[in-house]
Amino acid sequence: MDVYLIQQIVNALSAGSLYALMAVGLALIFGILRLINFAHGDVMMVAAYIAAFSLFAGLPLPVAIVTMIAGTVLIGLAMERIAYRPIRGGPEVAMLLTSFAVGQILQNGTLLVTRLASQPVQIAFPTPDVLSGVVAIGAVTIPRVNVIGFGSGVIILAGVMLFLTRTRTGLSMHAAADDLPAAQLVGIRVNWVVAAAFALSAALASVAGLLYASQAGQINPFLGFSPVLKAFIAAVIGGFGSISGAVVGAYALGFLEVIPTALGGIADILPPGAVSPEIHDLLATVFPSALGSYRDAIVFVFLILMLLFRPNGILGGRAREDTP
Amino acid sequence: MRVLQMARPTLIVLLAASAALALLQLSGLAFWQGLAINFAIFVILVQALNLASGFTGVFSLGHIGFMAIGAYTSAILTLPLATKAEYLPNLPVWLEGVHLDMTVGPVPVGFVAATLIAGALVMVIAGLVGAVLMRLSGHFVAVATLGFLVIVRVVLFNADDITRGSRTFSNVAPYTNLWWAWGWAAIAIYMAWRLKFSGYGRAMFAQKGDRWAARSIGISILRPRLVAFVAGAFLSAVAGSLYAHFITSFSPTVFYFDLTFRVITMLVVGGMGSVSGAVIGTAIVLALAEALRRIEGATLLYGLGGILLAVFFIAVIIFRPSGILGQREIDLEQLVAWRPRRGRRRGPGSATPD
Repeated sequence: MDVYLIQQIVNALSAGSLYALMAVGLALIFGILRLINFAHGDVMMVAAYIAAFSLFAGLPLPVAIVTMIAGTVLIGLAMERIAYRPIRGGPEVAMLLTSFAVGQILQNGTLLVTRLASQPVQIAFPTPDVLSGVVAIGAVTIPRVNVIGFGSGVIILAGVMLFLTRTRTGLSMHAAADDLPAAQLVGIRVNWVVAAAFALSAALASVAGLLYASQAGQINPFLGFSPVLKAFIAAVIGGFGSISGAVVGAYALGFLEVIPTALGGIADILPPGAVSPEIHDLLATVFPSALGSYRDAIVFVFLILMLLFRPNGILGGRAREDTP
Repeated sequence: MRVLQMARPTLIVLLAASAALALLQLSGLAFWQGLAINFAIFVILVQALNLASGFTGVFSLGHIGFMAIGAYTSAILTLPLATKAEYLPNLPVWLEGVHLDMTVGPVPVGFVAATLIAGALVMVIAGLVGAVLMRLSGHFVAVATLGFLVIVRVVLFNADDITRGSRTFSNVAPYTNLWWAWGWAAIAIYMAWRLKFSGYGRAMFAQKGDRWAARSIGISILRPRLVAFVAGAFLSAVAGSLYAHFITSFSPTVFYFDLTFRVITMLVVGGMGSVSGAVIGTAIVLALAEALRRIEGATLLYGLGGILLAVFFIAVIIFRPSGILGQREIDLEQLVAWRPRRGRRRGPGSATPD
C-alpha cells in the first residue's frame, strides 16, 4: 500500500512538472496578448519530432537537445511573426481561432514531413538511455523519466522565475502583461518583448515535448492536443495569466488526475481482510475500476466548475469582469 | 394573394432547388449525390453553430458533441430488434425493446421519430449544460464548451454497453438520401432565418454588440444565449442523425476537434451571423477541401490540404475578419428579380444591426 501510494505521488509530481512547463508558456503569452495559444501543444509535438529525427540521425543527446530547443524556438518566433502579430489586439475569439489554425498547420506540416521522410504516422521515440529504465528506492520502483522530469521541471521553472523577476527582459514582460500601452510609453519595445515571450514559451514546450515523448515511447502528429488542454486547466486552476499560479495549478492538476486512477478499483488492491466486506463493497461501487478511464471527463468537469465559481483561480478572488 | 406575392422569391428558390435535386437524383451520379448529402449535413451543422455563436458572440466548440449524441441516439433507436439483441447485448432494459425501424409506404417514420427524439434529448442536455456555461464569456466559454466535447468523447469511448466504445458502430440503416438531407437543411436555414429576425434574434445580436447597453434597456443576456445554444444543439443532433444514417458506420473519433474546426472555418468564411453567408461559406470550404483531397490523393502529399485550408482560414481572419457577408444577407427578392429592385421596401438583410 505504501509502495502504491509513493508511486502515485511520484506520478503526480512528474505529470505536474510536465503540465507546469506547458502552463507557464500559455500563461506568459496570455498575460501579454490575451491570447490562448492552442498551438502550444503542437509546438511541443514538433519539438518531440525534432528530437526524434536528431537522435535518428545519430546526433549525441546534448546536441540533439540543443537542436530541438533551437528549432522549436524558431517555429515559435515564426508563428508569432506570421500569424499572431497581424491580429494582435483583435477580438479574443479571432486570436483563439487563429491559434487553432496554426495548430492545424503544425500538425499537417509534421504529417507531410514524416511522409516525405517515408516514416509512418506513428513512430517509436528513440528514448535516450538517461531517460529510460527505472530507479529503485527500497521497494519502490519508479520510471527514471518521471524522476528526471520532476527534477528538471523544478530546476527550469526556478530559472524562469529568476529570469522573470531579476532580468530587464523578464521585468519588461511583466510590465507588458500589466499594461501594454503603458509599457510602450516607458520605452519598452513591445515587439521584442512579445517575441521573447514566444521564444521562452517554445523553449519550455520543447523540454516538455522531450519528457512527454520519453514517457509515451511513441509519437504522432496529434499528441499535442491533450497536453495543451491540461496546461490550460492548470493555468485556470492557478488563475489565468499568473505565472506562479500556473505552476501551482499544474502540480494541483497532477495530483487531481492521479486521484481517479488511484481510487478506481481500490477495493481490489486492498489486502484481503483490511476492511470489512461492507466497506469493500461500498468502495467497489463508489470507485469502480473503470473510474480511471473517465479521468479526462472528471478533470474537465472540474475545469468547468473552476471557471464558474473561482474564475480567478484557487489563489485569486471571486471577482468576475465578464458578467454584468 | 399578398402573402403569395411576398413569398414569391422563397418559392422560386425552393422550386429551383427541388428541380436541381430531382435532376441529381435522376442522373444517378453517386459521387455528386454523396457530395450533395454531405453539403446538406454541413449546412445544418454550420447553421447550428451560426445560431449558437454567430448570433450571440458566445463561441461554442461543443456542438460537435451534440452531433455525436444525436448520431448515437438515432442509430441505437433505429436498430431492428434482431440486430440489437445480437449487436448490443448489454443494453439497459428500457432500451432493449425499442426499434424505430418501421416505415409507412416509402416513408421511414421510425427514422423521423428517432431523429426528433435525438433532437429532444440533446435539447435537454444542452439546456442543462447551457444554463451553466452561458454565464461565461469570451474565450472562457470556448474552452469550457471544448471541455464538454472532451467529456462527451470520453463517455462515448467508455460506455461500451450502449455505444460499443471505441469499436465501430455499424449496421445503421441507410435512410438518409438527398431529400431527407436537404429537407432538414431547408428547415435549418428557415429556423435560423426566422430566429434572426425575431425578437429573440434581435436580443441575441444586441447582447453580442454591447452586453452592458443591452442589459441597460432590459434585454436579458442569459436567455437569448440559452435559446440560441439549445436551438443550435437541436440542429446539431439532427445533423448527427442524418450523418449516422448516411455513413452507416462510425466511431467516436469522428466527432472531435477536426470536424469542429472544419465547421468553424465554414462559418467564419461565410460570415458569422449571416444565414445565407453560412451556406456560401459551407459551399466554398467544402469545394476547397474536396479539391485539396484529390490533389493530396494524386500527389501523395498527405497533410498539404490541411495546411492550405488553415492558411486560407488565417488569411480570412487577417484580411477579411467578418467573412464574405459579415452579418448581411443575400436578398432573395433581388436574386430572383427580373429587373433591379426599386427601393420601395427594405429587405430584411438591410435591417440587420452591424
